[in-house]
Amino acid sequence: MIWISASIAVWLLAWRLNVILANSALGAGAVGRLLVPAIFGLTLLVVWQGIVWGADVSRVILPAPSEIGAAIVGNLPILWADFVQTVLKGAVSGFVIGCSLGFLAAIVMDRSAFLQAGFLPVAKFISAMPIVGIAPIMVMWFGFGWQSKAAVIVVMVFFPVLVNTMAGLSAADRMQRDLMATFSATYAQTLIKLRLPAAMPFVFNGLKIATTLALIGAIVAEFFGSPIVGMGFRISAEVGRLGLDMVWAEIAVAALAGSAFYGLVALVEARVTFWHPSQRS
Amino acid sequence: MSRFVPLAVVLLAITVLWYGAAVWLNSAWVYDQAARDGGQVGFADMVAATMGQPRPVLPAPHQVAVEFSRMVFETRVTSPRSLVFHAWVTLSGTLMGFVLGTVMGVILAVGIVYNRAMDMSVMPWAIASQMVPIVALAPMLAVVLAQLGAGPAVSKAFVASYLTFFPVVVGMVAGLRSPDPMQLDLLRTYGATGPAAFWKLRLPSSVKFLFTSAKVAIAAALVGTIVAELNQPTGLGARLLSGSYNGQTAMIWATLIVAALMAGALVVLIEVAERLTLRRMGIQP
Repeated sequence: MIWISASIAVWLLAWRLNVILANSALGAGAVGRLLVPAIFGLTLLVVWQGIVWGADVSRVILPAPSEIGAAIVGNLPILWADFVQTVLKGAVSGFVIGCSLGFLAAIVMDRSAFLQAGFLPVAKFISAMPIVGIAPIMVMWFGFGWQSKAAVIVVMVFFPVLVNTMAGLSAADRMQRDLMATFSATYAQTLIKLRLPAAMPFVFNGLKIATTLALIGAIVAEFFGSPIVGMGFRISAEVGRLGLDMVWAEIAVAALAGSAFYGLVALVEARVTFWHPSQRS
Repeated sequence: MSRFVPLAVVLLAITVLWYGAAVWLNSAWVYDQAARDGGQVGFADMVAATMGQPRPVLPAPHQVAVEFSRMVFETRVTSPRSLVFHAWVTLSGTLMGFVLGTVMGVILAVGIVYNRAMDMSVMPWAIASQMVPIVALAPMLAVVLAQLGAGPAVSKAFVASYLTFFPVVVGMVAGLRSPDPMQLDLLRTYGATGPAAFWKLRLPSSVKFLFTSAKVAIAAALVGTIVAELNQPTGLGARLLSGSYNGQTAMIWATLIVAALMAGALVVLIEVAERLTLRRMGIQP
C-alpha cells in the first residue's frame, strides 16, 4: 500500500512541477521543452515501479522497470546479436534496396504519362494493403535468414517511396521549368539541378515513413520463421516461456533503434533540404 | 476512358509477369520430379505442370482465384475453413480497436490542446512513439491479456486501439489548433465562451484532420489485428501462419487478397464518410 501511495504522491508532485514549469518563462525555452517531457517520462517509470511493487503484480504480467533494466544489462551480448541480425542485416539492407528501387522507379515512371496513369492507382492500392502479410511467402522463398526479412521490407517501403517521389517530381513549378528550358537545359540537367532538389522534401517524407515500416517488417517477418537470433524471434520465444522482462528489454532496444534510425534520416534531411522553410526556423 | 486503358495494360502486364514468374519458380519442382522418375520433360509439359501444383512456390493467378472462390464463396461462412469467417473475426477486432482508439485519441487531443502542461509532457512522447515498431508489442499483449482473463477479441482490439490512438492524437491536435488566431479573436470579440469556441470553431475545423488520421489509423489497426492474431486460433493472421507452416501457398495468397480487399474497403468507407460529412458541413472537399 505504501508503494502505491508513494507513487501517487510522486505523480501529483511531478505533475504540479510540470504545470509550474510549463507556464513559467523556462517552459517556453529549449530547456523546458526537454525537461517537461523528461520529467513526465521519468514519473511514468516511477509510478510503474511503485504499482508493480505495491500491488505485487506478477512478473509474468508486468515486470517492473528495474527488472527490465536488469534484463538489459545482464543480456547485452544477446541483445546486441539480435540488433545486428534484425536491424543492421535485415532492416537496413531492405530499407536501402527498397528505397533505391522506389526512387529509381519513380524517375523512370515520371518520363511516361502512360506508365503513371496505369501504375499509380495500383501503387496507391498496394500501399494501403497490409503488406507485412507477405512475410510467410518471403520466408518460404528466401529462407529463414535475414534475406527474407530484407525482401519483405523491400516490398513494404517501395510503394511509399515511389508515391512520395512521384509527388515530389511534380513539385518544381511551371515557371522554374520554363526557366530551365530557356537556358536550353537538357532533360537530365533539369532533373538533377531543379526537379530532384525540389523533390527532396517529399522524398524524405517517404523515407521517414519507410524507416518505421522497415523495423516493423523486420520484426514481424521473424514471427514467421527465423534463425535462433533476432529481435522478433527473441520476442516470440520469450513470450512463449513468459520471460517478459526480456521481451520488454527487446522492445526498449527496438524503440531506441527506431528513434535512432528515424533521427538519422531526419539529420540527413536537414543537411539536404536546408533551403526548405520547414528547416529554416 | 483514356484513364482506364493504361490501368488495364498495367494490370495485364502484372498478370503476364505473374504467370511467367510462376513457371520460372515452379519449374524446379517439375524437373526434380522428372529426374526422380528417370524421365525427361519437354518445355510444354513443364509449363503445363507448373500451373497446377498442389504446393507451388508461386501459385499461378488462376490457382489463387480458385482457392479464393473456394474459401470465400463455396464454404459455409460459419465453417472455420471459410475465409469469410476469419475475415469477420479480424474485421470485428479491427473495428472495435479503431473505435476505442479514436475515442481515446480525441479525448487526449482535447486535453493536450487546452492544457499546456499536458501538451509539453505528452506530445513529444506521442510523436516519438510513431517512430517505434509498436506492433512488436502485439504477441506480448495477447499473452498478458489472456492471463488477465481477457478473451482473444479483447487483446486484439487492445493492440488495434493502441495503433489507432497515436495517429489520431497527432492529427486531432493539429486539427484543433488549425483555426487561425484571427478566427479565435473574432469569437472572443463576440463574447463567446470557451466551450462555444470549441464546439463552433475548433471541433468543426478539426474534422478534415480527423478523417485524414482515421485513414492512416484504420490501416495500422488492421495490420495490428493481423499480427496479434498470429498467436490465436482464428482470424486472417492465424490463417497466414497456419498456411506458412503447412506450405499452402495458394491459401496464403487468397488470405492476403482478402486482407487487401478489406483494407481497401475500410479506407474507401472512411473516404465516403468524409465526403458525406464535409458536404453536410458545407465544406468543399
